[in-house]
Amino acid sequence: MRKLLTAFVGSMALAAAPLALSAEATKELKMAYDADPVTLDIHEQLSGGMLQLSHMTFDPLIRWNKDLGFDARLAESWERVDDKTMRFNLREGVKFHSGNELTTKDVKFTYERLKQSSDFKAIFAPFTGINVIDDYTFELVTAEPYPLLLNTATYIFPMDSEFYSGETEDGQSKAAITKHGSSFASGNLSGTGPYIVTSRQQGVRTEFERFADYWDEASPGNVKKIVLTPIKENNTRVSALLSGGVDFIAPVPPTDLDRIKRDKDTDLVTMSGTRIILFHLNQDRVEAFKNPKVRQAVAYAINQEGIAAKIMKGFATPAAQMSPAGYSGHNESLKPRYDVEKAQQLMKEAGYEDGFTITMMSPNNRYVNDDKIAQAAAAMLARINITVDLKTLPKAQYWPEFDARSGDMMLIGWHADTEDSANFFEFLTFCPNADTGAGQYNAGYYCNPEVDALVAKANVETDREKRAAMLQDAEKQLYDDAAFIPLHWQDLAWASKKNVKLEPILNVMNFPYLGDLVVE
Amino acid sequence: MLAFLVQRISQAFLVMFVISMIAFAIQDGLGDPLQELVGMSVSLEERDAIREDMGLNDPIYVQYARFAGNALQGDLGISYFYGKPTLQVIAEHLPATLELVIGASLIILVFSVPIGVYAAIRPQAFLSKFFMSISTVGISIPVFLTAIVLIQLFSIGVTIELFPTETGWGTWLNGALSTDGGLPSYGRGDELTHLFGTWTSGFFSWDGLWHLVLPCVSLASIMLPLFIRLIRAEMMEVLQSDYIRYARAKGLSSGRINFLHALKNTMLPVITVGGVQLGIMVAYTILTETVFQWPGMGLMFLEAITRSDIPLIVAYLMVVGLVFVITNTIVDLIYGLVNPTVKLTGKKA
Repeated sequence: MRKLLTAFVGSMALAAAPLALSAEATKELKMAYDADPVTLDIHEQLSGGMLQLSHMTFDPLIRWNKDLGFDARLAESWERVDDKTMRFNLREGVKFHSGNELTTKDVKFTYERLKQSSDFKAIFAPFTGINVIDDYTFELVTAEPYPLLLNTATYIFPMDSEFYSGETEDGQSKAAITKHGSSFASGNLSGTGPYIVTSRQQGVRTEFERFADYWDEASPGNVKKIVLTPIKENNTRVSALLSGGVDFIAPVPPTDLDRIKRDKDTDLVTMSGTRIILFHLNQDRVEAFKNPKVRQAVAYAINQEGIAAKIMKGFATPAAQMSPAGYSGHNESLKPRYDVEKAQQLMKEAGYEDGFTITMMSPNNRYVNDDKIAQAAAAMLARINITVDLKTLPKAQYWPEFDARSGDMMLIGWHADTEDSANFFEFLTFCPNADTGAGQYNAGYYCNPEVDALVAKANVETDREKRAAMLQDAEKQLYDDAAFIPLHWQDLAWASKKNVKLEPILNVMNFPYLGDLVVE
Repeated sequence: MLAFLVQRISQAFLVMFVISMIAFAIQDGLGDPLQELVGMSVSLEERDAIREDMGLNDPIYVQYARFAGNALQGDLGISYFYGKPTLQVIAEHLPATLELVIGASLIILVFSVPIGVYAAIRPQAFLSKFFMSISTVGISIPVFLTAIVLIQLFSIGVTIELFPTETGWGTWLNGALSTDGGLPSYGRGDELTHLFGTWTSGFFSWDGLWHLVLPCVSLASIMLPLFIRLIRAEMMEVLQSDYIRYARAKGLSSGRINFLHALKNTMLPVITVGGVQLGIMVAYTILTETVFQWPGMGLMFLEAITRSDIPLIVAYLMVVGLVFVITNTIVDLIYGLVNPTVKLTGKKA
């Protein structure tokens, strides 16, 4: 009897097989991040968390793939018309959650809204306009030839212009972007993405359901329902995964990597990240840091490999420059240069054999092990007779101190929003200029007009190879000059139950493409 | 009675006024709320414009005057992070905390009274000594450690393979020491029952109750030993008093003596301490809620601090101050019920 039954079930399964191929979404996924989306308005804040939400509920024109190339999403194809213009062809038949159909008027609406957003307007500053040609063709125009036009296009997630137009009951514009208080867009959402937000209790849980009319029928994703719970405490997040309370967690704290690897029911995926952690040497506060020899001595005294191995438990890639591998400016020849004897000798040559005393500041809850890294660096500097007075602060108090440049050495981590090397230079090493906003986070007051000019030239060079050569040269010059002290690129880690096939949907930008997630 | 209540209400206002002043005075030390509101690459001018828009550039006393004016009309400001009125945010998080405290209080009540009384009546019994030594250990372990151990044991589960598996006793010991886990380790669960307003309850479904177990046990673990010891000490003292001896001489049954005459007088100081501890428990929920990602006020407050969400911090402190005043008032009233000879302050003797 049982055999008969098995045979029967087996034949049923066979009959059902062709249906299963079209990726019927039936699975449920419970996941825990360290924070949940601050708002549903994807233009209110530019942050990793908001971009993760954007990729779940909206689709960009094009998106990054694993190899840092571009995949077509809502833009089916694109071509350069001239140096300053790029023409995009929009996918036809794409529906918003509201049922409206996507056309170029939605792209135009989104572009204009991005220009209004305090967080996004800087990224879109090189753009001068959008030309709508017909319902499915448009052009983006920049003031100068702009090599990062496509990088920027990954930030355009077309919004439903009809849905976000008009006024709410209390007379507020539905398109308004509000930083403080609630707006229509911060509580309502209509995108083209794979998931609809079905319920949301901020800070507690957000529920998503797969959009029935999702345009991407080729997507292998088979998750019908996603429940996102923010779990801030590292230990609790890991426990939730190990106890089976959730199926997928991110980020995984370095201290728990082994625990998860040992567990036979979970999978761990790690990747070298793109966020550089570095120290600035403040030349305005410390006369000695004006001397390149002293800066080089500091660079030789810091053991990046030691920090990555001992403090980060191998969960970081030691760095000698800002651009991570894969970025156009990454210069393969630059290696960490730990050598205490050389450092001591340089100090002697500079006339600071007896050393001096400086202050150092670091956040203690912003980057992975940030305060421990600073402690280690302080200990390393003691070996070249630099006495460090270290102060670590919670991030909310650290950034005002950073803006006031109140430490002689200050730690900062930076991720390039454009996924491109030039962004690092512009924010971290350009000569500080309050009028143009250049060097906004340059807490060292290092100023090298030649390098700035080189990067500026690279920014209008559309030939990829030439541009890469320029940026790599810029990295080399800063390395030789020891403009700052790079430490490492923080690694990324995600963990899930074995039946959740994470690996294919992950990337170095830390935007898991959950729409394509397969759960067995 | 009325005079007493009026006095208490005016006290409450004074407490809340002082709290709001202090909270406002420390806000500069809490950091810049803008860091959580804008991305890193936003320019300084943009930041300044937003700051101006939010009124953060005004001198502290102007900000306080604005806040106090609104507060008198029942408006405690808008949370930077939630973008909603702070009182609404607190109302949404209050039920979770109250349920946690209620659950823990029930555990304390159910266990502390019988164990405390038993330990007082039979101080030399093995069980008494056992409970007393356990309670010493319990009182000295911090609540977050208890919570982490509980999660490891009952949510994740441990497999012990210390003993040789080929022998019967080894297998048995391994099995006895290993745990399966399976209890939920975070949050309140999926099946909450909506009662009224913002109150959704976990008390009415198995899933909800299941989620309450570990957090309530952790929270109770810190208070339970205290109450056992308190009840035991008080009870032992009462048992020595003359009226108990007289009752014994009169030939009353020991059950009647212990549980009616002695226990009633034992409970007086316990209620006083209990009222204060209930307030302190609200503070302990901060730790418990953090470990269990329990969406209550404690977790909300801790996150508000890391985000420098000043309006929410101020409102939370004022609400907690109010809770303290209210619980103390209720304690005083109950006191009068248990012992009618106690005079309330403000009532003419």
